[in-house]
Amino acid sequence: MSDSVDRQMFTVRLELPDRPGELRRALEPIAEHGGNLRSVFHERGNLTPRGHIPVEVDLAATPEQLEAIVTALRDADVTVVRAGSQYYTEEVTAILFGQGIDGDISETLTSIEQSTDATVRDVTLAAPEGAGGLSSARVHLATENEETAETLATLQEIAEKRGLSVVEPLTTGESA
Amino acid sequence: MKLAVVGAGAVGKAVVELAEEYGHTVTAVADSSTGAIDANGLDSETVLQRKRNDGVVGSATAQEALDSSYDVLVEASPTTLDDAQPAFGHVQTALDRDRDVVLANKGPVAERYADVQARERESEGRVRFEATVAGAIPVFSTIDNVGAKQVTAVRGVLNGTANFILSRMTAEGLAYEHALAEAQDIGVAETDPTFDVEGTDAALKCAILGNVLMETEFTLDDVSVTGISEIPASALELAQQDGSTIRLIGEVDDSGVRVGPRLVDEHGTLAVTGTQNIVQFETTHAGTLNISGRGAGGPETATAIMGDLRELEN
Repeated sequence: MSDSVDRQMFTVRLELPDRPGELRRALEPIAEHGGNLRSVFHERGNLTPRGHIPVEVDLAATPEQLEAIVTALRDADVTVVRAGSQYYTEEVTAILFGQGIDGDISETLTSIEQSTDATVRDVTLAAPEGAGGLSSARVHLATENEETAETLATLQEIAEKRGLSVVEPLTTGESA
Repeated sequence: MKLAVVGAGAVGKAVVELAEEYGHTVTAVADSSTGAIDANGLDSETVLQRKRNDGVVGSATAQEALDSSYDVLVEASPTTLDDAQPAFGHVQTALDRDRDVVLANKGPVAERYADVQARERESEGRVRFEATVAGAIPVFSTIDNVGAKQVTAVRGVLNGTANFILSRMTAEGLAYEHALAEAQDIGVAETDPTFDVEGTDAALKCAILGNVLMETEFTLDDVSVTGISEIPASALELAQQDGSTIRLIGEVDDSGVRVGPRLVDEHGTLAVTGTQNIVQFETTHAGTLNISGRGAGGPETATAIMGDLRELEN
């Protein structure tokens, strides 16, 4: 198994809280699931917007082992941003409504991208009352890795400042 | 069992009507000022007819009816907020007399749950309140069966009026005001719809669920509430284009209790239409349970009360 011909090199990008023991805790599942650790690049001092430390881990593993490692990391509440070539993103849809959304939608979107890790995928406006009237906007956001709740909270803040309301998606459960 | 029924609105009347079918005897009925008492059992038709014709349930006072002899007090008077009076007083008096209490009135368990529990602990009587959340849907008996500690979250559509309005706005592209007027015309919405459309009613139900499921006590003030009255038709249209719809959803889990409009899958379990309610339970060992049905109405709510009475008999 350990010398499987399917073994490849993967880069796993993690974000760890700046606390003693976090790195060790993050590396344990790799060995446990048969991964062979090749290098660890611990970017101390280079904090993410959320105040975490980015860590890049190079390892050799089969694709199956990689999957098991990522699952185990997740189960241990370790933030996995990227594994192999695959970025983990979640798409979130929200609807904003209020007076004159059409006028300042681009500013609102810029504000969302600046204040969160989310990327605005697309926006659809509906302004049946014409410019400046009561209108709505549907926004598709791509958020990095399990940051949905944080992104939505920030979206609420931004909307509130602009006098807009947000209809959030139901983010848990089968019917979300 | 001998029942004293407080409240002669849709629910109270339905209890008086259905009691006999379930083997109970109504010995007293009280509305806000008058009462009817008969230790051998009141004739339901006589009481209901008097209420219809003369606006009184009988020639006694409400206090006399409350003071009469009974096994179970059924509290179905209109829900009041804050100190939940006079319903809380009725509950307290019944428990002081070591009688059981069945609530349809949400006030005591939504606003003063700890007080109710404290009184219950000192009494031989027990308090049940299946009828307070989602009418005929067996919410608390489901939680009892699964085990409160094994229910990790409850969410759902808990107000039929708001759901009816959102359904109509979606189906016909109506503005909120238009859909509300329609709901009022057919008696689905009250003349003053605030309680339903601003989310207060759903929030009280969520507070009760929070009280049953969580360690801490919740009241209306602890629920984050947003209503539906500001939602434009264009928002529903955008949702629909995307395969979703908007529903007023109540959520109870370890992160708290909240009520607000949410995007849900257009064809998903939670997207019930019309006045339907749905309650979704997340459980530790049994996955997701969904129960939908009629969340309001006299006979529906009275059916939940009959279920509580059966439990008290056992």
